[in-house]
Amino acid sequence: MARVVVDVMPKPEILDPQGKAVLGALPRLGFTGVTEVRQGKRFEVEIDGEVTDAVLAEVNKMAETLLSNPVIEDYSVSVLGA
Amino acid sequence: MKVGVVTFPGSLDDVDARRAVRAGGHEDVALWHGDHDLQGVDAVILPGGFSYGDYLRCGAIARFAPVMTEVIAAAKGGMPVLGICNGFQILCESHLLPGALIRNDHRKFGCLDQTVAIENNRTAWTSAYEAGQHATIVLKNGEGSFVADERTLDQLEAEGRVVARYVGNPNGSQRAIAGITNEAGNVVGLMPHPEHAIEDLCGPGTDGLGFFTSLASVSA
Repeated sequence: MARVVVDVMPKPEILDPQGKAVLGALPRLGFTGVTEVRQGKRFEVEIDGEVTDAVLAEVNKMAETLLSNPVIEDYSVSVLGA
Repeated sequence: MKVGVVTFPGSLDDVDARRAVRAGGHEDVALWHGDHDLQGVDAVILPGGFSYGDYLRCGAIARFAPVMTEVIAAAKGGMPVLGICNGFQILCESHLLPGALIRNDHRKFGCLDQTVAIENNRTAWTSAYEAGQHATIVLKNGEGSFVADERTLDQLEAEGRVVARYVGNPNGSQRAIAGITNEAGNVVGLMPHPEHAIEDLCGPGTDGLGFFTSLASVSA
């Protein structure tokens, strides 16, 4: 078993209201000096067997098709523990 | 005309949409998300609500529902398709319409009577309006802020594909866009809910009815 991680983030030019809400809350809790917060999503995809190039290509396809919306989000794929 | 309204798990306004179809003088047909079958309808409405709990992204999972295979093929073949609110989100996720709907800039769920200008009255769904006519219909959503890259926005403007524009901007939508159409003008996505403004008894009036009577000129 291996885990492949897909991180999905809103594109830099897209407004991130959730990140802004978190940014607004931090100073109220005494955390100062934070200038920006962007909130994204992390998917851990468990793979049966070895993580081959073919498997990674498949995960990239998943990320592009379903896990992210390329209009508003960027994604990156990495192997956990690799 | 036979107008199908799709029910997804979590659809909220499918019954109102079917009622509006009847008020517009058409026969309503209930379509089911899990069927590969449009039951011979002449037009399709994707209603508002929270399909699949809005999990992942609004409309992202509904876009892959079995019935959407047929809806997408029919839309590409010229069948009139109207996506309202969550339906608009599903049309964007399906790439039948450009752009995306993200969380309102004020981060609150908005529920109000909203005035829009119907800028394009040449679509299958807006021919009953005068170009530029104002209509006050219900707007209710948490993720209603329309975004697209500048090039796409310029193209939508240049080709007259902004169907409805907010008078005032209630949610941070780029260029105050409330609704758009595809190049052919048969697919329309609209954030506010015309189906909630078809009778004087409830809702802000009858300004929404035109979206449902417009279809008559398609079949004529």
